[in-house]
Amino acid sequence: MALSEKRIQELKQIAKGIRKDIIDITGWAGGAHIGGGMSMVDIMVLLYWELAKVDPKNPDWEDRDRVILSKGHAGVGYAPVLARKGYFQFELLKNFNKFMSPFGMHLDGCKVKGVDVSTGSLGHGLPIGVGLALGARLQKKPWITYCILGDGECNEGSVWEAAMAASHFKLTNLISFVDRNRLMIDGGTEEVMALEPFADKWRAFGFHVIECDGHDFAALDNAIGQARAHTAGPCLIMANTVKGKGVDFMEGDVKWHYGGLSTDLVAKAKESVDRM
Amino acid sequence: MSEGLTWTVYDANTMTQAEIYGEVLCKLGELDDKIVGLSADLANSTKIGKFGKKFPDRFFNVGIAEQNLFGVASGLAKSGLTPFVSTMAVFTAMRAAEQVRTDICYQNLNVKIIATHAGASFGQAGTTHHCTEDLAIMRSFANMTVIVPADGIEMALCVRECVERPGPVYIRIGRGFEPTYYEDEDYGFKIGKAVTIKDGTDITLICCGITVLQAAEAAKILEENDGLSVRVLNMHTIKPLDEIAVMKAVLETRRIVTFEEHNILGGLGSAVAEVIAKSGKGCAFETVGIPDCFCVVGYPEDLYTHYGLDTDGVVSKVRDVMKIEFEEDEDWEDEV
Repeated sequence: MALSEKRIQELKQIAKGIRKDIIDITGWAGGAHIGGGMSMVDIMVLLYWELAKVDPKNPDWEDRDRVILSKGHAGVGYAPVLARKGYFQFELLKNFNKFMSPFGMHLDGCKVKGVDVSTGSLGHGLPIGVGLALGARLQKKPWITYCILGDGECNEGSVWEAAMAASHFKLTNLISFVDRNRLMIDGGTEEVMALEPFADKWRAFGFHVIECDGHDFAALDNAIGQARAHTAGPCLIMANTVKGKGVDFMEGDVKWHYGGLSTDLVAKAKESVDRM
Repeated sequence: MSEGLTWTVYDANTMTQAEIYGEVLCKLGELDDKIVGLSADLANSTKIGKFGKKFPDRFFNVGIAEQNLFGVASGLAKSGLTPFVSTMAVFTAMRAAEQVRTDICYQNLNVKIIATHAGASFGQAGTTHHCTEDLAIMRSFANMTVIVPADGIEMALCVRECVERPGPVYIRIGRGFEPTYYEDEDYGFKIGKAVTIKDGTDITLICCGITVLQAAEAAKILEENDGLSVRVLNMHTIKPLDEIAVMKAVLETRRIVTFEEHNILGGLGSAVAEVIAKSGKGCAFETVGIPDCFCVVGYPEDLYTHYGLDTDGVVSKVRDVMKIEFEEDEDWEDEV
């Protein structure tokens, strides 16, 4: 069922809140991967507030859907999602990156409730997702595995090893996203190591690819609906996004892949999000 | 879990370590439907294919893609299953080292790795397929258990025991043409506990894998020809190391030679040396292994001879170590 306009407005407000949380955490932490954290917010909000079957009160519930943040550096964007869903207190994130904190910039599933897979090194999430999806099928478990990849991450060969396997094993219970924000550390994805024709590469690997605006809840919801209905093999949602989305002085600027925010910049960044 | 599992029926002289592993895994698979198998286009070479034939739904061949192999194993373990993964040691410890470390060890997952063709056992294949570095790499990964079984009987025992041991386990074997040492399984195998093959008071030989048989023969020669009382320890578990057995060897024999099919850096020899150094006790010490070089090409038996990884090599090294002079202080407390 399509999202109502009212629900879309609610999700937008939640996403604004998460974006402000990311700004706060980046300020507290002394620096974080804020650009890629901001670009994936709407995907994560839709997953956690609308689609994924999870229970924050019972984080190890056997039949929960699995979520893998393969672009693990965006932990600064994942942690507030989990906190606001009730996995742990948001205040704990004041300790992000600090000595002995459970919250390093790449979240550790052994330490942070709600994190199914510890990620950080790129190119690891999709292979693990293939394993989770195979495990679910073998054990006749109903869960869906969602995997969120970065676009730059797709330079890694292991992504394509896993893509080949997902297609070979016809994993219809694995839904992947690419947060297509078009920037990596050293520049644009097409300058550093060209990915295009990117969607066609995934198609050639046997994926059903759905391209959409990664900041449009209705479009994302529709894409995920199509992915769930597809029964011939794995699906990938190519979510076109903007790195640093919501903060005018960060949007599309490669230097905000990773950065810190002074008190003044925190205020400016939040004002920008308010204007969204 | 272990009920009904005995392997004395196996003719260890005609079945290779890998074949026994394949058989054992099939038996374990009958008892535990959580066990799944994975390989990367080496199902037949590693013998995990026996499991695959018996349980086709529970076996996944991911093709020639070792990074994906260990990532998929991690995901399967996270879904509640117990994956056994088999490929060559060189591709496990190096091609997919980061997946083994980050996807499996860091998350302390229940993945059992059977790495084959280790050391110089596939000597004729050349350096690309030799693996004389894996023990150094694997024992540096937190949470990992590292085992080098002496032969097929010990392989069967450690595969059985590793199922009941939570967390990642790395079991290292050769290509499968190695002679056997044990005749039956009743010798008290336990992960993390050295097996005293023979007691002695003059010097201790600490060995693992194929060198167990060679060390036992060397001890006989040294006893008969040199009148030496040689202790032989089968240190099948490299991590966690049986430090007590090493300390006893330091205190009771004061001379130790390690013997392994691995680079002399980072493997069994290094693990033993760490314990000796920590002890603060005087102990003459030498390592027998592949020197710090890439192995030359050749059939394994020729390589073992070339590098002194045989009875003659270890006998000669023991004689050298017996000549080392150092002041033996009867009051060990003074030396700490």
